[in-house]
Amino acid sequence: MSTSLLTATGLRKQFGATTALDGADLTINAGEVLAIMGPSGSGKSTLLHCIAGIVPADSGSVMYQGRDLVAMSDSQRSALRRSDFSFVFQFGQLVPELTCLENVALPLRIDGTKRKEAERQAREWLDRLEVTDVADHRPGEVSGGQGQRVAVARSLIARPRILFADEPTGALDSLNGEAVMRLLTEAAAESGCAVVLVTHEARVAAYSHREVTVRDGRTRQAVGALND
Amino acid sequence: MCIVLSVTIRHTFLGLLEQQPRHGYDLKREYDERFGSDRPLHYGQVYSTLSRLLKNGLIEVEGVEPGDGPERKRYTITDAGVTDVADWLSRPEKPEPYLQNTLYSKVVLALLTGRSAADLLDTQRSEHLRLMRELTKRKAAGDLADQLICDFALFHLEADLRWLELTAARLDQLTKVVTG
Repeated sequence: MSTSLLTATGLRKQFGATTALDGADLTINAGEVLAIMGPSGSGKSTLLHCIAGIVPADSGSVMYQGRDLVAMSDSQRSALRRSDFSFVFQFGQLVPELTCLENVALPLRIDGTKRKEAERQAREWLDRLEVTDVADHRPGEVSGGQGQRVAVARSLIARPRILFADEPTGALDSLNGEAVMRLLTEAAAESGCAVVLVTHEARVAAYSHREVTVRDGRTRQAVGALND
Repeated sequence: MCIVLSVTIRHTFLGLLEQQPRHGYDLKREYDERFGSDRPLHYGQVYSTLSRLLKNGLIEVEGVEPGDGPERKRYTITDAGVTDVADWLSRPEKPEPYLQNTLYSKVVLALLTGRSAADLLDTQRSEHLRLMRELTKRKAAGDLADQLICDFALFHLEADLRWLELTAARLDQLTKVVTG
């Protein structure tokens, strides 16, 4: 749990006159679930985008396996995102024209796996996420909770090292949100995949091993022994 | 602020004395105004608390002034008392019902004594989340009854956390009110 997988140091990011990150630091350990918390506009989603290589930070470093994402070209970052990272967002991530099974199989198909084998593995992931019965449905025909489970299955099928999830239960009710978090964290643990979870909901963050709070573009980590 | 535990009175007095030396009467007035408006302290509570603090070496008498009635003692905090306040403020509270009053007192005293209220709130948030993690694990391993019991506690802790978040967002405003 204590082996460092990714280390971000002194990240700064400006959007016009707005400072989104102002020297944020973060370490992700192998296999852990890390929650990034903070109020709206605090910079937590920007932090996730910078450490996942979706947008480059203006300065600072994001070291992953001896390489700095901030110094990489766009195409190098894209290649890394495809091979080692995966993503779950709040909405709209499944391809509406494909069935749920085909959606889950998609990352393997893009990497050249034959259809039959990709769909066999996809079916296993749908089983694991307890949505076997939606395999032949299109995303528009399933509930929000089922759709998020399909998205989680698709994000894990290619065995990423880190799954980045930005408010993955933000559009779900409490029961469905909890089911998604339970299944996501269990499946990630079985795969040895670290999860970085952006959320403003404490009950979602309670599925993490530890949390980092972002305020005014800076990260804060609190420790302390208890007052009894 | 109707529920303030005696342990809080002790630390609150220390915090107020760290801000500046005071007489017993001033301490009671300051405490009642800031923390006990609908349940003011009895003089008995004030002097028994001061007597314990003196006995434990956390405060001392700085001077005695004659008045119309009995002599008025002026109390000041000792180095041990400052350490005691710092230790109390830096340690999170055990999450439990009606904690807001203690947390509110801690936030105000941190601001009055020039300490970081933001750090205090972050430390408390971390402690609440630690308990929420435990409950979430228990819920995952438990039956439906366990799940419902844990959910009850989780929703209450979540309400506390919202209060912590809101207070953190209003710290600048509160600092002006408290120290202005």
